[in-house]
Amino acid sequence: MRPIATKVDPRDAGFRDNYAAMRAMVDKLEQALAASREGGGDKYTSRHEAKGKLLPRERIELLVDRDGYFLELMPLAGHGVKGVGPGAGVVGGIGVVSGVECLITASEATVKGGAINEYGLKKSLRLAEIGAANGLPNISLIESAGADLPNQSKIFVPGGQTFRDITRRSKEGIPSVCVVFGSSTAGGAYIPGMSDHVVMVKDQAKVFLAGPPLVKMATGEVTDDEALGGAVMHSRVSGVSDYLAQDERDGVRLAREIVGRLNWEKRGRVAMQAAEPPLYDPDELLGIASADVRRPFDQREVIARVVDGSRFSEFKREYGTTLVCGWAFLHGHLVGLLANNGILFSESANKGAQFIQLCNQRGIPLVFLQNITGFMVGRQYEEGGIIKNGAKLINAVSNSEVPILTVMTGASYGAGNYGMAGRAYDPRMLFTWPNHKIAVMGPEQLAGVLDIIRRESAEKRGEAVDEKQLEMAKAMLRMQIEKESDAFFATANLWDDGIIDPRQTRDVLGIALSAALTREVRPTTQWGVFRH
Amino acid sequence: MKFDKVLVANRGEIARRVLRTCRAMGYATVAVYSDADADARHVHEADEAVRIGPPPSAESYLRIEAILDAARRTGAGAIHPGYGFLSENAAFAEACEAAGVVFIGPTAAAIRAMGSKIEAKHLMASHGVPVVPGYQGEDQTTARLTSEALAIGFPLLLKASAGGGGKGMRVVRAEDELDGAIAAARREAMAAFGDDRLLIERYVERPRHIEFQILGDAHGHVVHVHERECSIQRRHQKIVEETPSVALDPELRAEMARAAVTAGEALGYRSAGTVEFILAPDRRFYFLEVNTRLQVEHPVTELVTGLDLVRLQLLVAQGQPLPVTQADIQPSGHAIECRIYAEDPDNAFLPATGRLRDWHFPPLEGLRLDGGVEAGDEVSIYYDPMLAKVVTWAPTRAEATRRMVRALETASIQGVRTNRAFLVALLRHPAWEAGETDTHFIDTHFPPEARGVPADPERDRLACVAATVALAEQAEGARALLPSLTAGWRNSRWRDPEQRWRLGEAEREVRYRAEGGGRYRVTVDDEASLPVRVVASDGPTLRLAIGDHVSAYRVVRDGAQVWVHGVRGSTALVALDRFPEEVGEAAAGSCLAPMPGKVTQVLVEPGQEVAQGQPLVRLEAMKMEHTLRAPRAGVVAAVLAEPGQLVEADAALVRLDEA
Repeated sequence: MRPIATKVDPRDAGFRDNYAAMRAMVDKLEQALAASREGGGDKYTSRHEAKGKLLPRERIELLVDRDGYFLELMPLAGHGVKGVGPGAGVVGGIGVVSGVECLITASEATVKGGAINEYGLKKSLRLAEIGAANGLPNISLIESAGADLPNQSKIFVPGGQTFRDITRRSKEGIPSVCVVFGSSTAGGAYIPGMSDHVVMVKDQAKVFLAGPPLVKMATGEVTDDEALGGAVMHSRVSGVSDYLAQDERDGVRLAREIVGRLNWEKRGRVAMQAAEPPLYDPDELLGIASADVRRPFDQREVIARVVDGSRFSEFKREYGTTLVCGWAFLHGHLVGLLANNGILFSESANKGAQFIQLCNQRGIPLVFLQNITGFMVGRQYEEGGIIKNGAKLINAVSNSEVPILTVMTGASYGAGNYGMAGRAYDPRMLFTWPNHKIAVMGPEQLAGVLDIIRRESAEKRGEAVDEKQLEMAKAMLRMQIEKESDAFFATANLWDDGIIDPRQTRDVLGIALSAALTREVRPTTQWGVFRH
Repeated sequence: MKFDKVLVANRGEIARRVLRTCRAMGYATVAVYSDADADARHVHEADEAVRIGPPPSAESYLRIEAILDAARRTGAGAIHPGYGFLSENAAFAEACEAAGVVFIGPTAAAIRAMGSKIEAKHLMASHGVPVVPGYQGEDQTTARLTSEALAIGFPLLLKASAGGGGKGMRVVRAEDELDGAIAAARREAMAAFGDDRLLIERYVERPRHIEFQILGDAHGHVVHVHERECSIQRRHQKIVEETPSVALDPELRAEMARAAVTAGEALGYRSAGTVEFILAPDRRFYFLEVNTRLQVEHPVTELVTGLDLVRLQLLVAQGQPLPVTQADIQPSGHAIECRIYAEDPDNAFLPATGRLRDWHFPPLEGLRLDGGVEAGDEVSIYYDPMLAKVVTWAPTRAEATRRMVRALETASIQGVRTNRAFLVALLRHPAWEAGETDTHFIDTHFPPEARGVPADPERDRLACVAATVALAEQAEGARALLPSLTAGWRNSRWRDPEQRWRLGEAEREVRYRAEGGGRYRVTVDDEASLPVRVVASDGPTLRLAIGDHVSAYRVVRDGAQVWVHGVRGSTALVALDRFPEEVGEAAAGSCLAPMPGKVTQVLVEPGQEVAQGQPLVRLEAMKMEHTLRAPRAGVVAAVLAEPGQLVEADAALVRLDEA
């Protein structure tokens, strides 16, 4: 494979302006992440630490191998949503524990006592889904006040899936390890209840269906937390706990020990090469990826800063040129890449579908780099079967069996989102760059469409158009769409698995790929019927 | 008697040193070893090796029969005794002769003649070699002792004839102290040895220890190979030796050399030997003794003369004449030897033991290292704790000193306490530079409180950084998942990984972040973080740029123990685990029945203090008797069971309060 020859000139004024604009977005991201790491803030974290307890992130840092990685997922879930704390009350991600890639979650005990809100539940369920899809052992570090009661209506019914997922994973042979550091009561008691391996921390764990006040109310029995659901009781008497930890660190140690003897083996196999860094500095991605998604950029320049040695074996380079397809190695793993270099035409859609078929036959994981404003429209293109060709791409993406990873590197408008493995197409993981915009169409187009429709309907009614009012309505809509198509809005609403600094793309994809290879890669030649 | 296979009846550095020359000269070699030395270096380096007994010297290296038997079994035609052990044992020399094996050393007669210090002194005096004036007659009347004392002159030394170890020893500086001193010395001698006989000697203040190397052959030649000064001693053992001595001018050197050769000729000396003198500040010198063997400090002589003394011993033992004449021996330059001892300078130089975790001397121009050990060797209690001799040569004393300091400073010796750093301090002392060396050098300049390694917070801080980075680099090579990813990768970094270290009593917390390509960001305690870069690495030696300062750090590890040797010296650290050590699960305050059963005995009563593990109750259950013990120390608060009582599982039988 030959390296991509770059055309980027970092001294170019356009490059520098774009770099500055992207840099501002990355800084905004880092600020938001920094705030998310603060948990409940000084007051609650010091109160927590004063009790001699470890912070949730401290528990995770202890759990993860000292030099192993931890990819935090959905760190900005619920970001900016009123009443939802940092990270939506849950810290989660993929980390290496005793040499095994695991899906790790920890209750953010310093935010409302770790109470579960709507966004937190969605995040937990998505984390569980990532664990299950990739076959990762699950480790839960629990200290939660339970359901956020005023908002119980939003979580009670869907929340049941939490427990269903644990046992379904168990049935599949994907273990769940649970360390209880504090409260895990009522419904929460089923997390240890369903887990395969349970550690409870002495003098801290509280696991019962109903606490002493409720018990007194229900039956008149007078009891206390420790007798009702303490770690000692559950370890000695009820058997809900398998391991009695002397303290928090001991609890984490036990979890590491449990994972270390799971007899775990990754099943996914893909061709490997010794990894080599890209030839070009990933920092230049900030000058390359357009801060304004209306301005196109060459995805080959992105690929050259993501893959090993910037080497890229391109497929059908001269055909359907708006979709760049080809093979490369990423942190040593062979992958197939699909990246938008403009709007999707019939040729590019067909080329994409063929490429996905090729990679599926060979069992090669796929990486999609989305920057798509949609499929080409117009009479000529409809006549050319843009629908059936787009359908082929969607057919191929939908029925693909190899792991798919998607990165939103710019725009994601319209059906292009679907054909390029958007969220609804179950990519194993999906990450967003801070310049990303996502909507059914761009705000300008949406406002334009509104303009046309209003005018047509006014005409039908034979009324004059109130230009001032129409302008205002258009501006309002533009603003609303602008806000709702922003990357931070997208990540807050869990449309992705995390917003990332573009410069980390190579590493994030490497981790996601490595984790995805926990499950066997199954080649396939089975597809829905293609309309030719 | 010609021979072509040599048995070396010794161990450690001297065995290796002798083996080296034997090999170079084409001799086949045989080593002997005790059980403690089964894997010692000298055993590996000889062509053959024979076990001679258990670890204690008396049952191995001192067993004449075992050694001769080893020579017989291997067909060795000659035995080199090294120094110590049987090297000055006339009976051994005779036994060799009787067994038809060449003893590489002087004749048994010469050994015997020099074996008794009193006889040696008489013999030398009779040949005009100056001896310390003294009296050791049978007439022990006060009058006789007084008259002898006056004849000898002051200051003088009164010693118990039977004595040793300084008991009954007194320095008398004037006539009016004499009566009282004789009475007191007699009392002490009587009390200590049951024998109040005294001997009198001239007391030499601030003496230097000067010795001359002599060589003789069976053809009547005796030459001297110049002097060595060995004044610097502790516990009556030399630790620093040099040649030439700054105290000798050509005239005095010639005079003493003549005396040494005279001594050798008087003995008909054959092989290598050493004539020891003490030299008074007034330039007068006195014969002390003759060491009828190869001396520990012989390498300094070799470095300034270019001679191989062991080679000459072997030639003489083959009956050949010495290949050198007195005129051929023209020393040049200056050589210094420092002895590395496994000992604690902080604690009266008491011997230290343990396993050597590192033993590394970087190559250096003009350095000769005669070592008996390597990293991984166990330093046992059985033998002399000298590990090696570091010898440097240079054209001048100042340069030889500088090289020596450099050699000792850059040496990394870990796992066993040694005098390495003390030797550096000694050679840095102005009195050494001035050549003001006498046998009281250490007591004068290094009182007990000044012998330790001074605290150096900067050294320890850098050691923490180096140790942390070394461990991280080690882990780097062992990562199986995504090794191309920077270690400790995070997309949203909370705190950097921490490594806590214990240094003596203190604990330090180091936080570090890998940045890839051997670059790190390291924070010690609450200090500002530092960029660290691995500039180069070669096994345990890392060249690190810490901030803007580049230097080498040798980091060796044994489990949680880590030793760092940098330009500021050595630091020993213990890596603290992220997780607590296992704590025995002690039921909080109670002794519970492990299963249903019948209490057969209650062994304590309320108010009684109990130790952890003390039996409290005996319980019969499932046809077995179980003894229930106190989970921790405490006071019995209540006894909740009585003999004969049937109890359920988990029933509390005894409640304990904190002591």
